[in-house]
Amino acid sequence: MTRFSISESAIEIAPLRAALLDARAGAFASFEGWVRDHNDGQPVRGLRYEAYVALAEKEGERILAEALERFAALDARCVHRVGDLAIGEMAVWVGVSAGHRDGAFAACRWIIDEVKARVPIWKHEHYVSGDAGWLHPTPPPPA
Amino acid sequence: MIELTVRYFASLRDAAGIESETWQTHAHGLRALYEELAARHGFVWTPAHLRVAVDGDFAGWDDAPRAGSEVAFIPPVSGG
Repeated sequence: MTRFSISESAIEIAPLRAALLDARAGAFASFEGWVRDHNDGQPVRGLRYEAYVALAEKEGERILAEALERFAALDARCVHRVGDLAIGEMAVWVGVSAGHRDGAFAACRWIIDEVKARVPIWKHEHYVSGDAGWLHPTPPPPA
Repeated sequence: MIELTVRYFASLRDAAGIESETWQTHAHGLRALYEELAARHGFVWTPAHLRVAVDGDFAGWDDAPRAGSEVAFIPPVSGG
């Protein structure tokens, strides 16, 4: 079962949502991460995501399988973009179907948090100032 | 002496100036392998900040390097 994927082109929501339709589901929750025009006070012109695809797909699948064990959810999908993205483009989509809304919301929130923490994807921001840089939540120690 | 492939991502790739390389090593563990490559390329990250993967799966820093494997050092991730 492929629930997680890395995409080099714009994320299409309709087929992802359609794959989650289920007669047992009374709830569906989704999350979209968008490229915003600033980060840490710096105006951002656009960004590029890079992934270690083989490992990202495995870790993403593990996260979605874990979510279905932890929460009262029926199924889930997640797609993360790589490549160059403009302001306003969708960087990541998470969708969860569940019997009830609590399971859908909780699983959706947990999945996006785990994806951000565990999946080997890196954001390279291009600033309006002309600078560019890799975003690492833990900065490297001074050389 | 074994030969393996090393892949670099994000700021490690920028520091190394290459995406991957073939490397011959006597290192007994992946930590020692990283130290060799950090000295070669001037990486400032320490293993405490990184994760290591072998052939597309996360591995342990004390694991022994395997001949013919693909080793990747994973800087802190920033997806989402």
